[in-house]
Amino acid sequence: MAKVLIPTPLRQFAEKNDHVELTGASVGEVLTALTTRFPDLRKQLFNDEGKMRSFVNVYLNDEDIRYLKKDATPVAAGDTLSIVPSIAGGTYEMV
Amino acid sequence: MKIARYEMPTVTAPVELNKDEILRYSRHLILPEVGMEGQLKLKQAKVLMVGAGGLGAPLGLYLAASGVGRIGIVDFDVVDFTNLQRQVIHGTKDVGRKKLDSAADSMQDINPYMQVDKFDTAITSENALEIMRDYDMVIDGTDNFPTRYLINDACVLLKKPNVYGSIFRFEGQATIYGYPGGTIDGKKYEQGPCYRCSYPEPPPPGLVPSCAEGGVLGILPGIIGLVQATEAVKLILGVGEPLIGRLMLYDALAMRFREMKVRRNPECPVCGDNPTIKELIDYHQFCGVPNPKDAQPEATHLPGYVSDTEIDAVALKAKLDRGDKFQFIDVREPHEYQIAKIPGATLIPLNDVPKRIGELDPEKETIVHCKMGGRSAKAVDFLRSQGFKHVKNMLGGITAWSDKVDPSVPKY
Repeated sequence: MAKVLIPTPLRQFAEKNDHVELTGASVGEVLTALTTRFPDLRKQLFNDEGKMRSFVNVYLNDEDIRYLKKDATPVAAGDTLSIVPSIAGGTYEMV
Repeated sequence: MKIARYEMPTVTAPVELNKDEILRYSRHLILPEVGMEGQLKLKQAKVLMVGAGGLGAPLGLYLAASGVGRIGIVDFDVVDFTNLQRQVIHGTKDVGRKKLDSAADSMQDINPYMQVDKFDTAITSENALEIMRDYDMVIDGTDNFPTRYLINDACVLLKKPNVYGSIFRFEGQATIYGYPGGTIDGKKYEQGPCYRCSYPEPPPPGLVPSCAEGGVLGILPGIIGLVQATEAVKLILGVGEPLIGRLMLYDALAMRFREMKVRRNPECPVCGDNPTIKELIDYHQFCGVPNPKDAQPEATHLPGYVSDTEIDAVALKAKLDRGDKFQFIDVREPHEYQIAKIPGATLIPLNDVPKRIGELDPEKETIVHCKMGGRSAKAVDFLRSQGFKHVKNMLGGITAWSDKVDPSVPKY
């Protein structure tokens, strides 16, 4: 199981959870499990073509997955996936 | 690619501390990491703060206290009551004053031996390079995406570090973007990432505005602003390990600090190996937001305005007084409903409208309100798309109700 940390702006789409434990062998699988569990999150994280939105970064432990193998990055038990959106102060516009 | 080496000014200029300053900074002077040499570096340093608000407040106060000799502030805003919950550089007596004047007064009161340069303007593509040119580094304390991208690009173009901090509700981020390369505390640092390396594109606007999410824990910008001040002082002194290539994440509720690695993207359009952006662009267009300069004045209607899709607060009051039958929906959040409500409205928070649409009759007249009219407009569009024929948005929300109908209803 990997732990997925959900940032404040997205918690309202994840039933107010700040983290969730999910299974998946790769980052892609874990994110699919995440959006299956919380369908409202899908639109926030992915655009209509299924690509990760570029104002959200995903880290496996402390490494940006864009510099690993992106969705194909392998995930081991005990790993932490962090979703880190860009923030800019008091107002935050969401999908 | 030729990389500029960034060196803090060495202590050769005839800058001195007078006796008062020596006493003032004694706790710095006796620290080996600062000493007289470090304090003189601080005195010669020139730091530009963009924003004298939540982040700027602790920044200005502590950088002035620590002896930074020259601090420029860019802020065109005026102190508002709602600022006082977190912008501790301003006091109750400053409400209505320019933030620039209020901040400068607080800073000079703490430390008369430093200079504040005031820039009473928004920072724009037209003035950013000119304003920033004289300073050693820029500290980004702004509250919107277009300005953050502007500051980022300008810092990269001018090869000045961008000490970045941002907050949202009770989370914060801090890092140093745009470090052009150099040596700090004996360690060599390559050119660091910039904001675009982290986030190539801003979030698209025109989506569901979450004004309900716009609150912020007052204490939060204090910590992040101080992290930025710490990084600025460390860069000036040339000590410690800077947040270059390190994104610090802070969660106040969990009291947890985490750190992510940030890398420079060799294909970054601004700081990459083959940059395509070599001058400042239109950042409002980049972020898809209207430029405040181009804003048309809002259409003002006479009281009692009603159209097919909109109704103002006065007309709504008339309907309620007449006993008209209609579905009156409030799409704000429960905690807002507890602050103030309009009698007769049923609370269905915006995100719950799709789930609870069965509670409403699409054939009946429906009027929707929120705090200011933004969320209710979205709800009206949604209901119309679901076949509701007689649905109207109450213009200006409960704020307009308080202004025009019932001033006893609190504004927030």
